[in-house]
Amino acid sequence: MAKRESTFANMLLTLLMVTAVAAFTLSMIYNITKEPIEQGRYERKQAAISFVVPEFDELLTKFFMPPDGRDSLEFNFAYKEGELVGIAVQTYTTMGFSGYISAMVGFYPDKRIYDVVHLQHAETPGLGDKIEKDRSDWSNQFRNFDPSKKTIKLKQDQGDVDGIAAATITARAYCDAINRAYITLKENLDEEYFVLNE
Amino acid sequence: MNKIKIITRGLITDNPVFVLLLGLCPVLGVTTSAYNGFGMGVATTFVLFMSNLVVSLIKNFIPNKVRIPSFIVIIASFVTIVQLVMEAYLPDLFDALGLFIPLIVVNCLVLGRSEAFASKNDTFSALTDGLAMGMGFTMALTALGGLREILGSYSIFGYSFLEGDGMLVFVLAPGAFIGLGYLTAIFLKIIGQR
Repeated sequence: MAKRESTFANMLLTLLMVTAVAAFTLSMIYNITKEPIEQGRYERKQAAISFVVPEFDELLTKFFMPPDGRDSLEFNFAYKEGELVGIAVQTYTTMGFSGYISAMVGFYPDKRIYDVVHLQHAETPGLGDKIEKDRSDWSNQFRNFDPSKKTIKLKQDQGDVDGIAAATITARAYCDAINRAYITLKENLDEEYFVLNE
Repeated sequence: MNKIKIITRGLITDNPVFVLLLGLCPVLGVTTSAYNGFGMGVATTFVLFMSNLVVSLIKNFIPNKVRIPSFIVIIASFVTIVQLVMEAYLPDLFDALGLFIPLIVVNCLVLGRSEAFASKNDTFSALTDGLAMGMGFTMALTALGGLREILGSYSIFGYSFLEGDGMLVFVLAPGAFIGLGYLTAIFLKIIGQR
């Protein structure tokens, strides 16, 4: 078959067909992968919630604005037999070395921290990614951390949290995210949430 | 063209990274560990293979003046497919590479092979070339990623073999340039071009 001439009609028709086929294929693939992608995101979030609060049998989700108001935080109140056992707060910071970091912070009803796990970040591999649980045990120091007695800031910022060597910005940002969760919790945790209302 | 020659060209004599020096953006960006380099290499190989296949199939149908836009649409479609499929079925790899996957579109290696090889050769040669070039690219990325991981984090494929922090410079961007420079020099010395 000879090469087609570069006439206006030929070019128009070719580009139209190439893009139409591409668009059709992509929409098919999108539809096929849509469900597993959403399922995966949902499962990762549920896993993070059950990681940062004690055992529970029911969840109540609410949204609250942090006082330094940018985007609202998602609060997941965890109940066991109607009693509040913990609160999983999905929090964020934009102060990371590569910008946005999100994390799930779990609190006891008395506002002590139960555990913290990162959700999403783009920090430097080998340095800033030490905030991940499976890379380093750095974030374990937040277990049982009592923010009403200690300050969620790095030691070099007059706080009570150990930094990460060579990744101070990341560690500082992570503290910022956790602190945002804590101050929002302090403002919004009322008596009404301690028992689950049917 | 001889198929074996196509393969050795992709892997060694025309290795896309060490000899052609093409597609250096992902080479420098994602090779912080051997696993990341390998994942990026495999994703690029898939795109290269598929785009070479399609381009060589429709090469006579595409008028000369609109060939580049057509190739780019084809490549971008396959990149988006890789991105969607990876997020759906390999979420861990997607977490590590997600940012860099869209960059495969502008990887000049992929467009370069479509333009320079697939649009001028038969389908089977183009497939062989895509696979060979992709393997050469994967090999180079894994080697550089491995080097940076060994020196920078004292581990290989995630398995730590020494305590401590390693040489931080190899984790950061300058280490990529240093590592790539030395690997290129060693590679060229071994294949006897310099």
